[in-house]
Amino acid sequence: MSWIGKIGRVGRMVEPAHDAPEAAIAPPTGVTGSLQLRHVDCGSCNGCELEITSAFAPMYDAERFGARLVASPRHADALLATGVVTHNMRQPLLNTLKAIPEPRIVIAVGDCAVNGNMFTKGYGVVGTVGDVVPVDVEIPGCPPTPQQIITALRSVTGR
Amino acid sequence: MLGAIGLALGLSVIFGEPRQLWIGWLLPLVGVRLDLDPLGGIFVAATGAVAIAVGIYAVGYAKREHWARFPLITLPLFVAGMLLVPAAGSVTTFLLAWELMAATSLILVLSEHRRAAVRTAGVFYAIMTQLGFVAILVALVVLSASGGGDAFTTIAANADSLTPGIRNAIFLLTVLGFGSKAGLLPLHAWLPKAHPEAPSPVSALMSAAMVNMGIYGIIRIDLQLLGPGPHWWGLTLMIFGAVSAVFGVLQASVSTDLKQLLAYSTTENMGLITLALGAAMLLASSGAPTVAAIALTAALLHLLSHAAFKTLGFLAAGSVLAATGLRDLDKLGGLARRMPVTTVMFGIAALGASGLPLGAGFVSEWLLLQSLIHAPHDSITLVALAMPLSVGAVALTTGLGIAAMVKAFGVGFLARPRSAAAEAAREAPMSMLAGMTLAAAACVVFAVAPALLSPALQRVLAVLPTVGGDSAGPQIDTILRLPGVAGSISPALLAAALAIAVLLALVLARWGGRHRPPAMVTPLWACGADSLSPRMQYTATSFAEPLQRVFDDILRPDTNVEVTHFAESQYLVEKVTYQTLMADPVEQRFYTPVVRAVTVWAHLVRRAHTGSVHLYLAYGAAGLLIVLLVAR
Amino acid sequence: MSALAVAAAALQVVGVLAGAPLVVGGMRQVRARLEGRAGGGIGQPWRDLRKQLRKQQITPRGTTVVFALAPAVVAGSTLLIAAIVPLIALGSPLESVADLFGVVGLLFLGTVALTLAGIDTGTAFGGMGSSREITIAALVEPTILLAVFALSVPGESANLAAIVSATENHPEQLVSPGSLLAFVALGIVIIAETGRLPVDNPSTHLELTMIHEAMILEYAGPKLALVEWASGMRLTVLLGLVANLFMPWGIAGADPSLLAVLIGLASITAKVVVLAGLLAAGEVFIAKLRLFRVPELLAGSFLLALLAVTASYFLGTPTS
Ligand code: SF4
Repeated sequence: MSWIGKIGRVGRMVEPAHDAPEAAIAPPTGVTGSLQLRHVDCGSCNGCELEITSAFAPMYDAERFGARLVASPRHADALLATGVVTHNMRQPLLNTLKAIPEPRIVIAVGDCAVNGNMFTKGYGVVGTVGDVVPVDVEIPGCPPTPQQIITALRSVTGR
Repeated sequence: MLGAIGLALGLSVIFGEPRQLWIGWLLPLVGVRLDLDPLGGIFVAATGAVAIAVGIYAVGYAKREHWARFPLITLPLFVAGMLLVPAAGSVTTFLLAWELMAATSLILVLSEHRRAAVRTAGVFYAIMTQLGFVAILVALVVLSASGGGDAFTTIAANADSLTPGIRNAIFLLTVLGFGSKAGLLPLHAWLPKAHPEAPSPVSALMSAAMVNMGIYGIIRIDLQLLGPGPHWWGLTLMIFGAVSAVFGVLQASVSTDLKQLLAYSTTENMGLITLALGAAMLLASSGAPTVAAIALTAALLHLLSHAAFKTLGFLAAGSVLAATGLRDLDKLGGLARRMPVTTVMFGIAALGASGLPLGAGFVSEWLLLQSLIHAPHDSITLVALAMPLSVGAVALTTGLGIAAMVKAFGVGFLARPRSAAAEAAREAPMSMLAGMTLAAAACVVFAVAPALLSPALQRVLAVLPTVGGDSAGPQIDTILRLPGVAGSISPALLAAALAIAVLLALVLARWGGRHRPPAMVTPLWACGADSLSPRMQYTATSFAEPLQRVFDDILRPDTNVEVTHFAESQYLVEKVTYQTLMADPVEQRFYTPVVRAVTVWAHLVRRAHTGSVHLYLAYGAAGLLIVLLVAR
Repeated sequence: MSALAVAAAALQVVGVLAGAPLVVGGMRQVRARLEGRAGGGIGQPWRDLRKQLRKQQITPRGTTVVFALAPAVVAGSTLLIAAIVPLIALGSPLESVADLFGVVGLLFLGTVALTLAGIDTGTAFGGMGSSREITIAALVEPTILLAVFALSVPGESANLAAIVSATENHPEQLVSPGSLLAFVALGIVIIAETGRLPVDNPSTHLELTMIHEAMILEYAGPKLALVEWASGMRLTVLLGLVANLFMPWGIAGADPSLLAVLIGLASITAKVVVLAGLLAAGEVFIAKLRLFRVPELLAGSFLLALLAVTASYFLGTPTS
């Protein structure tokens, strides 16, 4: 049972929370502190995915602000899109957005999703996420730090 | 018509005086003796009720399926045979009625004889049922010979004088003979072949009424006439019942043929009833008559409710078959939108068969469990061991039964059609729906108001002195209370309370409704892809696959995986074929050797058939001589 | 049946309704803390619920009324169980309507409704989840009924009030082998039925490993809220039931006073909190079992239940 000892030694590893940022948009349903996210990789290099993963890992723990990744877009309130939109991922992105029940928002994560980054003129690229679906919140950075992601999510959950 | 007479007669006998009829001229030497008491009455009534529903249904079915005239004439004869069996008052009449029932049902099974599967089923059925008949014949002849008479009443009066050896022999023979009719293991093999292949109204009659006659035989001969036997009688019945129930339900839960699934479920339910009968016998012989009465009530109630939901199940399966030409669940689906009434009907039947609350089978299974857990546990080690094991068997049966029925209903009727034929299904005509509605009404009565049947059951218990005796059975009222032991349940109030609770949940779900954007119909979530084709759905086979894997050792499926590679590289797969075959393992291991031996014998015998008249005369003479020598 | 007994039953229903999300939130919080995280707080499931209830109703194309009604059936059957079982007081007005077998039946009714809904969507994952759920349910049933049997031996009845008061009057029964074995068997059953680790992982995102989640992938908004609420309620009710079957102290009698009802409420809350905390803490240490290892676990629990019955048959002294 070295596990129990380990739990005791490590204790809480989560970073202290900063002050809540100013709201970017009003919480979509009017209920604060609850935001389920469905993540779609539209053609990213996976750098953003790594940072999203660590935003939800114990160190940054986005869950304490009410954000949660879910498996089905039906359960989600927001679409978390990363990367430039490639031709193959354009339709899936649209389909996923359509599958999310209203009211819904789109969060674009990373420079690629926001402005195309260095892939803008790529032959396989349709454009930025904003070119395909309406974007409500943008998180710049290549990749954005977990702290940035969390701050942006908090500005939506309002917590 | 005949059904209505049967129902009326049965009911009148249950509540009125026993009726006796002696038609001396009909049969040389002994005459036909009909003697209907409440026990027979309840079977006559059940058969009659099934026959009414099936009769109405058959009008539309025969028209839609273009039945020939011959089976149409045989159908009433079959019903008449089934009505006569429980009404028979003497051994001869009983055997005569039994044979009438067996022969007519065989003709009906063969009514679609152009298909090879039907012919095989027919041959199988003919052989099994005649073997069973031989067992019964021998047992009953011995019984009447040593019981000093032909009429059941005479035998009952002399029953005490039988030696234990004869009793045991009769018990074993009748259990085998009647067990084969009721589809108990290992003599069930004809049932999942013959019931699905017969036309659906006939399947309904066979599965809901004819198998009951096997149970009737066991009750009449072994429980009533032979009286309380030694412990091992009850135990034998319980083992037979438990094994049949578990095996039947296992096969049902992996079966992908809608009617075969229902047929295996018949084996399952007959197993449960036999288990209840065995428990009643065991309990009675170990000095717990009150609990024994509960077990017996459970058996009778389950028999009746099984008749109701199985009729409905087969009739609904018949409308599906008539509408799509399909029995294969892997090809069905999406019927809920195309045949809404049939879907609701099958839903009611499936709910009943799964033994869940609000279903027709719930009360009887509850009674059975109650009788098992209230066995006196300080008396005999045997009882103390048998009861927990049978609770386990019953529980496994209900658990798997739920799985089987969810599969039948969910895969067969919900979701989207898996074939063009299912896509083009149309609702059944009025008369078929009317027949099903009657059966459904009966199911609902069993589910929420079994109290209506209470008086009938009480009277039947009263004529079974070996088990019920003077101790009253359970008081089936709005609230069902058990005498002597604490335990109560109320199906009607439960249904009402559940309805209220569901409404409450719906009201709760309206909370926050003001803030909602308007509702929307969207395409299915296909993980980002554009659409899901119906072929991507789970089929009945895939649905049952985990269960099949869990029970691999018992079911022994044959699985073939064939991988074809591209010529260029062995890492690129061109196609994979996967094939799995579910055969009846008991049939394979138990029957195949027997059939093979019989074939060998038949070849030997054929050598003796040279076609020469002289030789046949010589055979006859030799045979006569041997008989004379032996008889001397 | 006094007015207070009725009130106590109503209080049970309301308590389960209001408390279930808190129980789920509490369990998540315990896990989060043991994993070194901060966690969303106990109120998080309530926030999620309120939000889901304000979202749009969605009907996936091709689904029937079965899909639409299943959440209400699950929630309704669970509410009914909450009204029947003795959580706060013994004398629920619905006490004689269903015994422990009936309660098990209701539980399975909810399971079946959700399974059918999973098939009804016609998606591959829906069917997959249903198939797995029903397989587990079928294998759980023998254990659950045998455990009921074992429990009913001392009180000589499967009626809940009788079992609970038998334990209350003869606490020494609790340390009998039969009772202990039944407790373990029932614990495994509850874990399997409510989809907790190691049978199912309630927080998985990977469809291929899902059981319960896979069936509800198509639910959205208010229907999803109802399903999640119901599964929380199932967990809460079952924990409460087990708590009172094995530790009935503090429960109010059949004809309670106001004070007794309050004590009952406090004691059941405490018991559920403790049990839920233990369950959550235990989950930190285990991983999900492979699907085809689950039957082994369930077979083990079946064996325990069988031993429990035989033990209480041979060792137990009838209390009457
Ligand atoms: S923004 Fe940077 S890290 Fe993110 S996907 Fe684009 S290139 Fe990768």
